[in-house]
This record gives sequence, C-alpha cells and structure tokens, in this order.
Amino acid sequence: MSVIGADWEMVIGLEIHVRLDTNSKLFSGMKASYGASPNSQVSFLDAGLPGTLPVINQKALDYAIRFGLSVDADIPDVTVFARKNYFYPDLPKGYQISQMDDPIVGKGHLVITTEDGEKTIEITRAHLEEDAGKSIHDKYDQFSAIDLNRAGTPLIEVVSEPQMSNAKEAVAYMREIYTRVTHLGICDGNLQEGSFRCDANVSVRRAGETELGTRAEIKNLNSFRFIEKAINHEARRQVQILESGGTVTQETRLYDADKDQTRSMRSKENANDYRYFPDPDQLPIRITAEMISAQKSRMPEFPDAKVRRFVAELGLKKDDAELIAHDQAMAAFFESSQQASQAKADLNAKFLLGEFSALLNVQGAVIADSRILPEAYAGLLDAMADGTISRKVAKQVLDEMWGTGQSAAQVIKDQGLGQISDASALTGLIKKLLEDNPDQVASYRGGNEKMFNFFVGQIMKQTKGQANPVQTKQLLEEFLNE
Amino acid sequence: MSINRKELEEIATLAQLHIPEQQVSQITDSLNQVMGMIEHINGAQTSGVEPMAHPHEGWQQWREDVVTDQSHKTALLKLAAHADEDHYLVPKVIE
Amino acid sequence: MINLSIRQMADMLTTKQISVQELNGVYHDRARQFNDRTNALISVYEELCAREVMQAQDLLGKAAHPLAGIPLIHKDLFCTRGQTTTCGSNMLEHFIPPYDATVVSRLSAAGMITHGKANMDEFAMGSSNEHSAYGPVANPWDLSRVPGGSSGGSAAAVAARMTPVATGTDTGGSIRQPAALCGITGIKPSYGRVSRYGMVAFASSLDQGGVLAPAADDCGLVLSAMSGHDPLDSTSARRPGWAWQKPESADLTGVKVGVIQDWVDGLQDEAIKQLTLQAIETLKAQGASLIDIHLPHADLAVSAYYVLAPAECSSNLSRFDGVRFGHQTAQAQNLEDLYRRSRSEGFGEEVKRRIMIGTWALSSGYYDAYYLKAQKIRRLISDDFRQAFDQCHVLACPVSPELAFKHGEKADGVSMYQADQFTIPASLAGLPCLSMPIGHAAGLPVGLQLIGRYYDEQSILAVADQYQQLTRHHLQVPEAFL
Repeated sequence: MSVIGADWEMVIGLEIHVRLDTNSKLFSGMKASYGASPNSQVSFLDAGLPGTLPVINQKALDYAIRFGLSVDADIPDVTVFARKNYFYPDLPKGYQISQMDDPIVGKGHLVITTEDGEKTIEITRAHLEEDAGKSIHDKYDQFSAIDLNRAGTPLIEVVSEPQMSNAKEAVAYMREIYTRVTHLGICDGNLQEGSFRCDANVSVRRAGETELGTRAEIKNLNSFRFIEKAINHEARRQVQILESGGTVTQETRLYDADKDQTRSMRSKENANDYRYFPDPDQLPIRITAEMISAQKSRMPEFPDAKVRRFVAELGLKKDDAELIAHDQAMAAFFESSQQASQAKADLNAKFLLGEFSALLNVQGAVIADSRILPEAYAGLLDAMADGTISRKVAKQVLDEMWGTGQSAAQVIKDQGLGQISDASALTGLIKKLLEDNPDQVASYRGGNEKMFNFFVGQIMKQTKGQANPVQTKQLLEEFLNE
Repeated sequence: MSINRKELEEIATLAQLHIPEQQVSQITDSLNQVMGMIEHINGAQTSGVEPMAHPHEGWQQWREDVVTDQSHKTALLKLAAHADEDHYLVPKVIE
Repeated sequence: MINLSIRQMADMLTTKQISVQELNGVYHDRARQFNDRTNALISVYEELCAREVMQAQDLLGKAAHPLAGIPLIHKDLFCTRGQTTTCGSNMLEHFIPPYDATVVSRLSAAGMITHGKANMDEFAMGSSNEHSAYGPVANPWDLSRVPGGSSGGSAAAVAARMTPVATGTDTGGSIRQPAALCGITGIKPSYGRVSRYGMVAFASSLDQGGVLAPAADDCGLVLSAMSGHDPLDSTSARRPGWAWQKPESADLTGVKVGVIQDWVDGLQDEAIKQLTLQAIETLKAQGASLIDIHLPHADLAVSAYYVLAPAECSSNLSRFDGVRFGHQTAQAQNLEDLYRRSRSEGFGEEVKRRIMIGTWALSSGYYDAYYLKAQKIRRLISDDFRQAFDQCHVLACPVSPELAFKHGEKADGVSMYQADQFTIPASLAGLPCLSMPIGHAAGLPVGLQLIGRYYDEQSILAVADQYQQLTRHHLQVPEAFL
C-alpha cells in the first residue's frame, strides 16, 4: 500500500457541533440541562405536538454572534431559519429547524499551529440549529427507545473549508475551536456529554491532483484522540479501495473506537433530499449593530494574547505563561490571586504550577472548585514574599489551609510557623549564643570559617527552624566580625 | 411537468407514504392533473422579484433565556401508541 | 331567540331576562337536535363545562363583558385541553391535547361557553367538507348540497343556529367560502392578528383563525377578544390591542370601495353576478364611491397557492408519524413500514395528495422552478393589492364563482381548486377579508367578499355592518331549522 503524504493526499473538512450553554432550549422554555431522567425535559413543542410553535431564545443568538466575532467572521444583517426535512424517531417534528441560505455566522477564519508552522483555516459558515433526541438501541431486543430530552437544545454547527491535509491538523483545528467556545463561555466543553462533537468529511486524492476525491462523512466524533484515529483509518480505507481499482462511495460512516474502524450507516441511506425551505413559523431575524457590539464587549482574551501579556507585563517565563493561559480556570485564579497579592508574579506562577497543582492532584480536584480561594492564596503568597515563611513551610501551610479552611496567617500563627525575622529577637539570641560559646567564637575569629555553620545551626535549633536564615546569617556575620 | 411511476415512488419515500400497487396509476394521474395546473406559473414574468416567504412585514421576535416550562412526561407518554414508563418505543433501528 | 345578536343576548344576560343556563340550554338542545341532519359537529359536549358557566356568571356580575355566557363552537383543529381534537382526520381520532389553543383560552377567559367541535375538511384541506373522516356536512339550506369548506361544519352550525358563533380557520378561503355558501358572515383577519398557537397547522404562512356568525357585528365582538400578540406565536403581530367599534349609522359617505370589476364580469353564474352587482349598488346608495380596480397578477394566484400551501403542509404534517401521538398502524414490520402505514392509514386521499405535491415542489431540481417562483408570484400579487389600496379603502368582489353544489358532484381535483380563485389572492397577501350574505339564488345563499388593508379589520367589518343595518340577508334562517 502506498503512503499517505507521498503518493496520496488527504483532504479534510470538519463540521463541529457546539452545544450552547443556555438555560432553556432553542425554541421552547424547557430546561436544557444534561442528564435528567428520560423524557422529563420535553415540552409540547419538543415532542412535536400539533399546533405548537417555536420562539427563538435570544441567548442562543447572542452566543452564535459571539462565536462569529471570535473567528473574525461576517455577521449578516438578517438571518433566517430553515427546515431540514427527514423522518427519524429522535426528530419529533419530521424536520429539524436549522439554517440554510442565511446563516447567522458567515465566512471567518482562524490560525492553527502545525508541525510546519502556522496555518490559516477558513470557516465557511456557522449556523444555529436544534439538536435531535437520543435513540437507545440496547434496552430492548425488538425496539429502539427514544428519549427527547436533548431534542431542541441549541447547537451551532461550525463548518470549515476542506483545508486540513492530515489528521493532526484536524485535531489542532478542533482544539482551537474548542478553546474559543469554552473561553467565550458559550459551551461547557463537556466532551463526554456530547457538548462538543464533530463530523469529519474525509477524501483522498493522488499527490498533486487538484480535483477533490469523493468524500465520506464520519459522524459523531467526540474525542480528540478518536478523531485522529478515525480520520487516519478512513483515509487508509479509501486509498485501499482506490488502489485496488474501486471507487469510494459518498456516504455517512460511523467510527467504532473499539474496533478502530468505520462502517456505513444504513439508517442515513435515503435521507439525502432534505427539502430545505424557510421555516414559515418564523420571520427573518434582524441582527442590529447593538446586538453585535454587546457581544464584542464580552469578547474574552484568548490564550495566545494572554501568554503575551503574562510574559511582557508580569515577567512570567514563557513556558509557565503557556501552561497557565491555556487553562482558563487556572488563568482566572492566577490573575485574581495576583491582584490581591504583593508577591512577584513569577513566585505565584511557580507555586501555582508546582505545589498548588500537586495538592489539587492529590485531592483529585480541579482549580475551578478549589477549596482555597484566590484571595486566601494571595495571603499565602504574601507570607512567602515578606519572609514570614519559607517556600517549604508554605507547602505545609497550604495543606493546612485546604484541610481547615483557615487563612494563611491563622495557620502560621496557630502552629507557630512564622520565621523569626524580628532583628531584635534574633540579636538577643545571637548575643547570648556568642557569650555562651567563647571558645568557638575565638576559633572562628582565628580563621576557622567552618565554625560559622555551627552558630547558624545552633540558632536554628533554638528557634526550631523558624529563624529567618538570611537574616540570621547577616546578623551573625555582623557580630562575629565586629 | 408530469411524473412517472419511478418519481412517484421517490416522492412517496420522501413523504413516507405507502402507495398500494393498485392505486399507483390513479395517484400518478391525479398528481399530474395538479401539476398541470401549477404549470401555469411558468409563464409569469418574475425576474428581479424578491420571493415573499411571509405576509408579515415584521421581524422575528425572541424570548429571554428563561425556563418557563415544566416536565410533561406522563401526559406526553400517555399520548403515544407505544411507550414504556420512560421512553417512546419504535421498531428497532439499525444505525 | 335564535336570531338575537350577541349584543342582544349579552343585554338579556346582564339584565337577567335570561340565565346563562337557559341561553346555553337552548343552543345545547339545538346542537344535539340538528346534528343528525347536518353532521356539522364532530363532538357535541354532553354537559356544559361547569367552570366556564361559573366564570361567565362571575364576569356578568362585574363590568361589561359582551361575550360572557355566549355559546360557542370551535372548529376541530383548535386544540382543546382534555377534549378530543381530530382535525377531521382518522390520524387524530383519539387525540386529546394537554393544552388549549390561545384562541380557545382567550374566548374561554372572555366567558364564552364551548358546546362542541365543528366538522371540517381533513386538516383544513378542501372546499366542500367532503374530505372529513367523520362524514360530509350538509348545507342547512339544502341538505343534499355541500356547505363549502374547510370550515364547513362551523358555517353549517351557525346557519342552522346550532350556535350563535363559531371559530374557523382560513388558509385559502376556508372561512369565507363556507360562510358564503351557508348565508352567514365570516371573517379571516390579517395574518398575525390572531395567534396560531394550538391551531393545528396546514400552511403556516397562510393559516389564520377567524370567526363565523350571522352578522358582522357578532364577528367583530368575538374577533376582538381573540386578537392580540401571543408570546407563544412569534408571528403574531406585536401591535396594540384592537377592539371592534360598531358604526352608529349606515352612512358610507367618504368610503371608497374598489370593485374588482373583471372578477364580477367573469362570473359564469348569472344569478350570482346580479346579486353581486346589486350589493355593490346598495353600498353606492349608502354613500360609498366606487372605483374600478384591476389586479393584474391575480389569475396566477391559484397555481401559486397550490405550490406554496402543499409545500408547507408536506413539512407541517411530517410530525404525524404514529410514534408520539396519533394513529399508529397495527402491522408494522419495521420503522419505515410503521411510518408509511401509519401515515397512509391515518391520512385521507386529499391530504396525501397535497403532501405529495408539496414534497415534490420542495425536492431538489424543482425548488427554484416551482417553490421560489410561486413565492415571487406571491410578492407580485401582494404588490397588486398595495397599489389597489392607494386608491380605495376596501375592495369588494365575489367570494365563490358558484352556489353550493351537490355532494359528490365535483370529482376530486383541479375543478374544486379553481373554486378558490377569488379567496386565495387576499390569503397570499395576508390581508383581512370577509364574506357577507347578499341574497339567495335558487334558494341558495350568495356572499360578497370585502378585503381590507393590512390590519384594517375595522373598515371591512364596518362596511359589512353598515350594509347589514339596511338588509336582512344575514338574518335568514333555513325553514327546517327555525
């Protein structure tokens, strides 16, 4: 078999379905949350009962516009809903309300980072549509069971141009979209629950060929790992067919992760003439300049910009900045703690990525639901910065804060963990030490420099390690050398 | 414009209607009769005319993203010809 | 008693000359007594709803409530909570909606008392009421003849005074044509005036609920209570409420009536033509000035309508798949079989024919040539009306080119469709229009159509009321039903 990359090229376009994180459904006032008991979140409209009518959710419009702005897309003045007609048990009305000619988001683009550097991927469009319900095939031998809770939840479908030429680029693009929608706050990003899933259009052609080959559509990929495997598998399958003189059928395929293979979806065979037409239950929607500017003002700072700012303005190391900026919750935690603290940002970043992350790991927690709030954490940073405690002790204080919910100051006080930096206290201790050990003082002054560590050790012993080591050394030198 | 038997089959498939063999020619004739009448629009001069999807001159209105409805599970499943306590049931679908 | 106007009945109820029970008892008895002969009603409620009676009595004790205690019949495609709603179809033989249509809840809130549900052409498709799964309706003026359709049951019930008023729906003439054939007044308001929520859809961009009653004044009172914005129907007009104002005199001075002269001239039935000319002369004698109006694109209306209405219907009726409600076949082998058989058993021939026409018109290859073309013609017709209304306040024209015909006289098909030629144009343009009785030919009623400017129900009802102040055609009751 020939090699993809040398003899054959892959052409990949993605259709990504992003579930919008709204309270209610796209066209009904029913709750749109995940995981409710079957058919308990179904309005009369969601069940397709006769006489019911759709009324669009404003937040879904706003979220779609916000997404469009994040990929520099054209937002039209007018957008229209259309019906996509087909029969399926999880599609209650016999049509899906979607968009055809006038989608809410027009042409846009974004930049992905590939092995060969940066690459711009164009976005053809993004449109709003309602999700279908769920068919459960393994409950009964003879029946499929239908749960309509998901029917009518709002999605945007983001359609790319077929501009990705290997599975890694497809994954990079998918990740970039994922970063946008989660940072925009329009999607909860839960892959397990299907909040972010993707159909991949895959075709192959001989290297140098300009015409596109026949494509197959792989449905419902909801993991970054599977999409890479599924695309590679599908491309190999097509090359095999073509090399043995066959032709690729344009069809919908399903990826089976267990077997690492795709197979044709029989249920979608006939559904190829969807008879789109404008939904007569809804009028065209006018998108005003105010609607757009309201969403512009809610545009967050994306990770790449954040990294630049962390490095330039806060003096973080690039690697640290990357790690923090790409984790939205950690970046938020970092920034609010930094605002409340006098400590250097670099110390904050290092401790956050080091000791704090380790603690979260041990606790099996994520930073978004940390039991230590950024302000409390700022107190700990300050205690380190002003020398009250060492970084080593800080780790101990952090654990205690997590366990008890107390402030850093409280823990340090209660457990007597504060370093003795009080010059007068230390001076007293040192004077007494030198008086009690005249021989050792003489020895040091006679040139035995190693004796210095003896004095440091004694002070540490007497203070149970709480003497500020830097200050202790300073004072000792002063007294011994006077 | 007129349709033949094959096209009738395609329409029936899209519309999910069952057409018994003995009715095929009668239905084809009756559809062709209507299509003949519809043909009339072909003569009209419509270049440059904006299609009118709706008589309403306004723009779409929307609602706030607020949950206003509650579960109707029992009432809904009671309407179905075939359901268990949680789901609608249909003959098994092979994907 | 049976020829009292709603105002007169309301007056008697308020002054306690008659009780709510007595008034409703009269109509309850008449509905039961005459339904054998007319088959106008699909369901006749055994008992009056106690809640409605109490509410009516409550309202009568307070301020002016012109509709409190007035009997009412709903066309059987308005969903009535807890009461079977069949749409004249086997598909919905046992369908009991868990919700009320907005029209139903508004009239109920106004204190009206529902006596039953009116027969109709299946899913409102037909002009003779012969396409009902519950049998044809007889025209009270001649039981061997049709009452018109699709609101034939509503019209016959009012004509036989089985109810003083009934709701109807009009997509291409379904209120006006049966009103004309049964010798009563029927109004289809402007598109958007009345909420479509809970009104089972035939063609969403054309359907409007309206009223059938003996007199224009009755229609105006009930229509006022039905009207107004409904948050559940986003195509319902967000306009201030409208309340019918009955004119004080019959003087039409200053009113410009546009006469669609070529429609009148083209009437084949000489008797209808003479009555139409007479009625227009009467308007002139009342002071109206007459203007000759020509609608250049109106002859395309029927063809365009039979593309657009079936297209919308083919999609609207996809929800009837036998799964969540409605008829399900007893002999399904698999899912597709279940869909096909349930739908074919549940729908009648005319409905299936329109579904197939609409499916075809929307299918790929025909969409532009038929659906889009028909929408353009719709625009041309709408523009024709706009120009006409630059010259006049209301338009006058025939309703039906023929008198009520005999049952079975018209074979299925195009000949019946042509009967809608005078009613369809105003439907396409979304304009308010009504039919009022103007006399009898060969013992059968004839109507005159009045069409108004968008949202100007007041003018057409006023002209009709002023005509009815001087004439008694609307008060004629067939002898057998006195």
